Amino acid sequence: MAETTVASKTVKFIISRQDTPESKPYTQEFELPYRPNMNVISGLMEIQRNPTTADGVKTSPVCWESNCLEEVCGACSMVINGKPRQACSALIDQLEQPVRLEPMRTFPVVRDLVINRERMFNALKKVKAWIPIDGTYDLGPGPRMAESKRQWAYELSKCMTCGVCLESCPNVNDRNSFIGPAAISQVRLFNAHPTGEMNKHERLDALMTDGGIEGCGNSQNCVRSCPKGIPLTTSIAAMNKDTTTHLFKKWLGM
Amino acid sequence: MKGNSYFSRKLHSLLGIIPLGGFIVVHGLTNYQAFERGPEGFDKGVTLINSLPLLPLLEIFVIYLPLLFHGIYGLYVAYQSNSNTGRFKYGRNWAFTAQRVTGVITFVFVFWHVYQTRMQVYLGNITHEELGSTMNKIATDPTYFVLYLIGVLAAVFHFSNGLWAFLISWGITIGPKAQRISSYICMGVFVVVSALFILSLVAFMGDEFKEAANAALTWTNIG
Ligand code: HEM
Ligand code: SF4
Ligand code: FES
Repeated sequence: MAETTVASKTVKFIISRQDTPESKPYTQEFELPYRPNMNVISGLMEIQRNPTTADGVKTSPVCWESNCLEEVCGACSMVINGKPRQACSALIDQLEQPVRLEPMRTFPVVRDLVINRERMFNALKKVKAWIPIDGTYDLGPGPRMAESKRQWAYELSKCMTCGVCLESCPNVNDRNSFIGPAAISQVRLFNAHPTGEMNKHERLDALMTDGGIEGCGNSQNCVRSCPKGIPLTTSIAAMNKDTTTHLFKKWLGM
Repeated sequence: MKGNSYFSRKLHSLLGIIPLGGFIVVHGLTNYQAFERGPEGFDKGVTLINSLPLLPLLEIFVIYLPLLFHGIYGLYVAYQSNSNTGRFKYGRNWAFTAQRVTGVITFVFVFWHVYQTRMQVYLGNITHEELGSTMNKIATDPTYFVLYLIGVLAAVFHFSNGLWAFLISWGITIGPKAQRISSYICMGVFVVVSALFILSLVAFMGDEFKEAANAALTWTNIG
């Protein structure tokens, strides 16, 4: 019944493309038939099935990354209409058209919308964002964590290393060694854990080296951009406090 | 602990408030004497400052060196930042960019201003009693007046917004509520300290500051 009206409706995409990590980016336009409840990923899948530009020219399919399709893995992060966010939860009905897709250029572009987020994983390694319990014998149960604290910490643990906060930060760029908001918040998470707390100083020390916490300039874009609603600026200020205390304690030999 | 940017940044942040932030407030209050008490009040303030013991050492260690470190390192910090206010139009992001822009303006302004005033005393072109008339010359020249207005507003914004950032950098204001309240207080600081400087600039325009001007005619060759 409504078939015909729906079929005549289209969705327009303007996509930034790049063939190799070194080559120059260019844009291509695509026009797809509208389907109800489309999101950016299903649009990209449609282009993959029929890689033809709006002018009818055959082209290579657009590359992107995605996994969970429910905004928990972070793989599909890209800049959609100027804002970094997850493509899988970007519903076409809620987007202004034409929909502009770009890679998050804060990271090295691998191809089209695919980026390399390795620096985020290196950052997690640098601050030891884990709880070291491996050993040669059973250490027995660790201290209990209060339920109220667990619920609070759970909010911080939602980080999916998606990179949106780094993309929004004016101090994450190739002139600046700032580690970025995500890893700082993870230090807060692991330092709050009753077992993780035992290695608190190691993580604080890591934040107090080049390319640590010092690069934050308080633009506070991160907290407004994080899809998980993680209180990043609170985490950063809390870690500012802890690193400052740690600094004075070290100086005083405490 | 080898030198690393964490310590330089902490020092940069600290110097912005102690001593530089303290200095800008005292400076504003001294100048304000010109508005409230006229030339005598201003002279008294200047004389009081000039009677401080070990003044040259104080100036070097409490003002010039901290200013040079904070200023030059600040230029580097500004160079390391992007501005993305086009994509993220949030007030705080604007303030982030403004902090850098006003830092650069302050840098230029402070050197020019010190050259026009304090340097001239050191060079022997004027005595510190003639500073009032020097300021009168500046405030009555429309171009200088506007440049001073811009310089003063930039410096005071930089200090007030810097105070807000300082409280975060040292972990004093942590939660969003504390940071919001401190932003209101810092806005208040901006208004009050700006008013001190603007009112004194206006007061310096008054003829009563011209008096000593004859003696300071030499100044004319500086601008
Ligand atoms: C002389 C030229 C100056 C330059 C180029 C400069 C530059 C900068 C820059 C780029 C920042 C941002 C740092 C950040 O957000 O991480 C900053 C912060 C700051 N500046 Fe300046 N500044 C100058 C002079 C001053 C003066 C005269 C004062 C004092 C009245 C001052 C007080 C501050 C304060 C309090 C901060 C905040 C520190 C923090 O973030 O913890 N600055 N400055
Ligand atoms: S903190 Fe938020 S924006 Fe940053 S990487 Fe984690 S989930 Fe993404
Ligand atoms: S595919 Fe996992 S967040 Fe979008």
